[in-house]
Amino acid sequence: MDRASSNLVELRGLKVAFDGVRVLHGIDLNVGRGEAVGLVGESGCGKSVTWLAALGLLPGKASVTGSVRLDGQELVGGPREVYEQVRGGRIAMIFQDPSSSLNPVLRIGRQIVEALSLHRGLRGDPARREALRLLDMVGIPDARRRFDLYPHEFSGGQCQRLMIAMALAGEPDLLIADEPTTALDATIQAQILDLLIQLRAETGMATVFISHDLGAVSQVCERVCVMYAGRIVEEGSVAQLFSEPRHPYTRGLFDAIPRIDGPRHRLIPIPGTVPNPRHLPEGCSFSPRCFRAVEACRSERPALETSADGRQLACLRPVPANEPVERRTRVIEDMLQ
Amino acid sequence: MIRFVAVRLLRALVTIFAVVTFAFVVLRMSGDPAQVMLGPDVPQEAVDAFRRSWGLDQPLWVQYLAYVKSIFTGDFGVSMRDKASALDLVLQRVPATLQLTLPALLLKLVLGIPAGVYAALHRQSFADRGVILLAVLGFTIPSFVMGLLLVLIFAVILGVLPSGGQDTWVHGILPTITMSIGGIGILARFSRSAMIEVMGQPYIRTASAKGLKWPDVVWNHALPNAAVPIVTIVGFMVGSLIAGAVVVESIFSWPGIGRLLIVSVGNRDLAVVQCILLIIAATMVVSNLVVDLLYGWLDPRLRSNAAH
Ligand SMILES: Nc1ncnc2c1ncn2[C@@H]1O[C@H](COP(=O)(O)OP(=O)(O)OP(=O)(O)O)[C@@H](O)[C@H]1O
Ligand code: SF4
Ligand SMILES: [Mg+2]
Repeated sequence: MDRASSNLVELRGLKVAFDGVRVLHGIDLNVGRGEAVGLVGESGCGKSVTWLAALGLLPGKASVTGSVRLDGQELVGGPREVYEQVRGGRIAMIFQDPSSSLNPVLRIGRQIVEALSLHRGLRGDPARREALRLLDMVGIPDARRRFDLYPHEFSGGQCQRLMIAMALAGEPDLLIADEPTTALDATIQAQILDLLIQLRAETGMATVFISHDLGAVSQVCERVCVMYAGRIVEEGSVAQLFSEPRHPYTRGLFDAIPRIDGPRHRLIPIPGTVPNPRHLPEGCSFSPRCFRAVEACRSERPALETSADGRQLACLRPVPANEPVERRTRVIEDMLQ
Repeated sequence: MIRFVAVRLLRALVTIFAVVTFAFVVLRMSGDPAQVMLGPDVPQEAVDAFRRSWGLDQPLWVQYLAYVKSIFTGDFGVSMRDKASALDLVLQRVPATLQLTLPALLLKLVLGIPAGVYAALHRQSFADRGVILLAVLGFTIPSFVMGLLLVLIFAVILGVLPSGGQDTWVHGILPTITMSIGGIGILARFSRSAMIEVMGQPYIRTASAKGLKWPDVVWNHALPNAAVPIVTIVGFMVGSLIAGAVVVESIFSWPGIGRLLIVSVGNRDLAVVQCILLIIAATMVVSNLVVDLLYGWLDPRLRSNAAH
């Protein structure tokens, strides 16, 4: 009961398979009330699938097992109605490609009013007024005049604002933002991030922020989860992970960011590619690409364990604490020569 | 918008004109009406007199100009056989044809579209496979084979339905079914694939993520999008309301335009054939035009493109 009241959402052993191929291998993750959690990792590691599964939004061929609890209530395996009550009203989700996420043949005003009538029973004039207030809140200029326009008459950034307005319509406790800025250009990205930060401050809703952009994650979130090949490999506060990444994969993600500050840093991509979920390597899935891999890594899979400083880590040979970033750079440069 | 309609109208007129011209030339190159009408053993003078009286002795282009001119004055010529106005002859047959094709169209719509949508929403299910199989059968079996098969079963073997004629509405059952089966199959397959395509779109996921009940997702978000491609096919079917009757009317001796066309081609009754082809072309072109306008109504993206 205590746990249920401290965490809004708890994922336990969440597994997903498509046509018998497992892509998610047991995710354990908590989201507290009002908390902002970042989810990072390369393309295909299961970030979207995790939350689509939690909301029951995966296609029928996906098999989902494990547990997803919202305020202690189990969702997995429940009837469709259980999910329908959670979606939008308790947990809202916005997506990577805002322009194609809005229905092209329906007026945007109607799409927002639909959510308002569904979750708050608003209809007619009050619904319209509330929709205009939301549009104003997410920064759509001249909302009154544009209420009856169609999605293609808005830019990508504005479509994402519309998606956010629609998400806010249900006054959710949690907003899942799945790479909300990836399809947008840099200045618009910054604006949408600011909007998300501001809305969270105003409404107190928790946020799960899925992103490739570690910088954006550090702006929006307090806590970060790093995923690789369908597992969480490191998890801790933004401060912990950003000052001292211990998992070689997390470390690799940082080294792959071009930086303007700091001495002579070069951009070092992680060698190799994400494994195909059909043919995961034995042992640690990251071992073929890992600069710290040892023989044991190829046979033994490291479990996610809490380390002394409170972070969670799944690695047999983590990067030593306090190792300066240059050291790894040199290792890689040696390897390349 | 006005420019959009004007351009389409102009294109429509050009199409009709091309069909008319083509029919005119081909008909005159492919056999001499005098021979067919008068029979093989008449004296040459009679043939010459016949040709003179119908203007067939003139050069082709003179005949053509005269024909086009008379069309613009609303004169579609006179039947060589009945000596009556070709247009009147053809229009008299229209109701009979529509008696078959309109119910057939209705059947295609009310059976084809729901079957396709249902199959799309229950993919890989027994019903889905059944719909696919029936759809393939429906549109691969030619309508004359289908017609003969139905006659064999229901008229010859079971003896429950008449095999031809137009005496009562019961006589219309077999021809209507024959005419609709292929269309039901085509519409079912088309609606199915349109619906599958739409159901995979991100905005459908958004609609579910919003908390909408499943039927509302389908009705309010998926179907309006799937309607665009479905309307194309329906428009095509409406366009062939008359042309589609030719084969079936012949099998079931149904006195509609289709049968008139077959008979008139046999007789080289030029004015009648030309008049029918003109009407067929006009229905197709008009329904295309309506479909184009419907697109704009169904899909706001096309509307704003067309406005430019
Ligand atoms: N509908 C689906 N059918 C089959 N496989 C899928 C489906 N959706 C996702 N997958 C697979 O699941 C794995 C995880 O995909 P997911 O979309 O969660 O990755 P992601 O971390 O969100 O990546 P990205 O950053 O590209 O969005 C991938 O291997 C992907 O191919
Ligand atoms: S377990 Fe081994 S291979 Fe995996 S990340 Fe740690 S060091 Fe690298
Ligand atoms: Mg994703």
